[in-house]
Amino acid sequence: MNLTQGILSALEGVTANKLRSSLTMLGIVIGVAAVISLVSIGRGAQASVTAQIEQNGTNLIYVRPGSTQQGGVASASGSAGTLTQDDADALLSVAGVAAVAPELEGRGQVSYLGSNVNTRAIGVTPDYLTVRNMSLADGEFISEANVNARSSIVVLGSGVADDLFGGTAGAVGQKVRINSQPYTVVGVLASKGSTGLGSVDDQVLVPLSTAQARLIGGNRYRGASVLSSINVQAANSDEMDSVIEQLTLVLRERHDTIEGSDDFTVSNQQDLLATITEVTNTLTLFLGGIAAISLLVGGIGIMNIMLVSVTERTREIGIRKAIGARKRDILFQFLVESAVLSLVGGAIGNLVGWLISLAMGQVQFGSTSIKPTVDIDAVVLAVGFSLVVGLFFGIYPAMRAANLAPVEALRYE
Amino acid sequence: MIAIENITKTYRMGAVEVQALRGVSLKIERGEVVSIMGPSGSGKSTLMNVLGCLDQSTTGRYLLDGVAVDSMTDDQLAEVRNRKIGFVFQSFNLLRRLTARRNVELPMLYAGVENGRRRRAAEALEAVGLGDRMDHRPTELSGGQQQRVAIARALINNPAILLADEPTGNLDSRSGEEIMQLLLNLNHEHGITLVFVTHDPKIAQHTQRIIQVRDGLVEEGLA
Repeated sequence: MNLTQGILSALEGVTANKLRSSLTMLGIVIGVAAVISLVSIGRGAQASVTAQIEQNGTNLIYVRPGSTQQGGVASASGSAGTLTQDDADALLSVAGVAAVAPELEGRGQVSYLGSNVNTRAIGVTPDYLTVRNMSLADGEFISEANVNARSSIVVLGSGVADDLFGGTAGAVGQKVRINSQPYTVVGVLASKGSTGLGSVDDQVLVPLSTAQARLIGGNRYRGASVLSSINVQAANSDEMDSVIEQLTLVLRERHDTIEGSDDFTVSNQQDLLATITEVTNTLTLFLGGIAAISLLVGGIGIMNIMLVSVTERTREIGIRKAIGARKRDILFQFLVESAVLSLVGGAIGNLVGWLISLAMGQVQFGSTSIKPTVDIDAVVLAVGFSLVVGLFFGIYPAMRAANLAPVEALRYE
Repeated sequence: MIAIENITKTYRMGAVEVQALRGVSLKIERGEVVSIMGPSGSGKSTLMNVLGCLDQSTTGRYLLDGVAVDSMTDDQLAEVRNRKIGFVFQSFNLLRRLTARRNVELPMLYAGVENGRRRRAAEALEAVGLGDRMDHRPTELSGGQQQRVAIARALINNPAILLADEPTGNLDSRSGEEIMQLLLNLNHEHGITLVFVTHDPKIAQHTQRIIQVRDGLVEEGLA
């Protein structure tokens, strides 16, 4: 019997009991749909997080305070409070550094007329705009003169402008109060959307000197106000590693620390990306693994039905053998039947999974939306896996059928 | 055509060994019409299974059309059944899902016939008088008509021998008689060797030779 005949005859077998065949396929449909939709959602989440992180600016290096040791007890990372403006100035002279943007972060209650919003307030210098890859929607940014004069001016994030003024227009020139102090709005930032790690739209920027003197204050270290972090932009992405090394050496010398007991940490965008990619990959794998279990259960369903089918059709097998079917003909017939069940189930499952992914793309999670991406490798994997499952779980029933003795199979009622 | 020598067949049923055939020898010539008779439990069915290559003897020699069958593998036996033997069963044994024509096509599928299967099946059904029932399923046919489909299927690969196991057992006397005439005509017109396995003396009357099976042994007698 040739392949076409075998497939035709298997299709006859599958369609002979439509309800049973479709219920058997349902197991595979659910399994494949689950794999496709969960993996695509995982991939989509990864893509959107990555894209948003990359928005923060390229070639960016973060210098943050480390933790302190007091009496052998380590305090939280970032609590050391030993980074100062002098450090920032020293970092600017390191080879390969294009710009340095120190910042001091705190919380502020921003109010305008009747409405108010509690948000992140950051003291920054003029370079912050370019280093963090931001742009203005309206007005202008904090200038060197503003920093020198400790001006009472503010640049609003687009989210804050939305909350207070109902949009980015019309805010410039207005007076707002931050923690009861009066500030004049000079600019509004363009929206960048959420990073998933706190939105950069929900913040207000003031001159660094203003933040240190009045708005946030903070500790002092060796007579100077501390910084909460220093953003460093490298001139060239190829030199990131050597720049990071140089920065670390300069800071060690200034802070008189040795490797292993640094009171600061230096990290870059790539580290963050790598970590997040690793996390989302693990998550995707985990979700796919759970879905694969349902595929396995579907496969056992196929084996169950094929075993029932072999028993039920013992007489048919006997008749086929009596008129000349060889072992491999019977084996082939039942294997093709289970392969058809799993392949058709896999195809329908792909369609269902794809529809689920499309539907998930329409749902908003807070301010973030995920665009699930159905990749060809996930499709190939799911269909291939379902075929393997069908053949694997079909082989035992098919062997049973093929090895039936013709005399006994014919006698079966 | 058929030559068996000193065939024995032993079944193991649990701890007990049952000897169904205890040294049977017989010859059937080409174009003969023979009936094998005997009460149930005599070994008649076992003899028919061995003759039809559905089962293999425990000891003894079996030459079918000059070929030793007793040492063949399962797949070789399947090929012998496919090409040299046609079966007609008491309960017809058609596949219920398939139309009459597709049932008749099946042996050609297993024989690897690529072309003309539909035409040959149609011709075979016309030859047994079912030209107008080709696309009916077995459930839509009467017992006599189903047995005609079975006969068409048995003959489709031009076998050397046709084995009929109580071919009229499930039929009323009139259609039973028609089936007998159809089978005997095949012998007259095409010289097909016919072997009936039956306990019905009316069938045995039609045959030239009666082989009686009793307690696993044969006694020859002329009809």
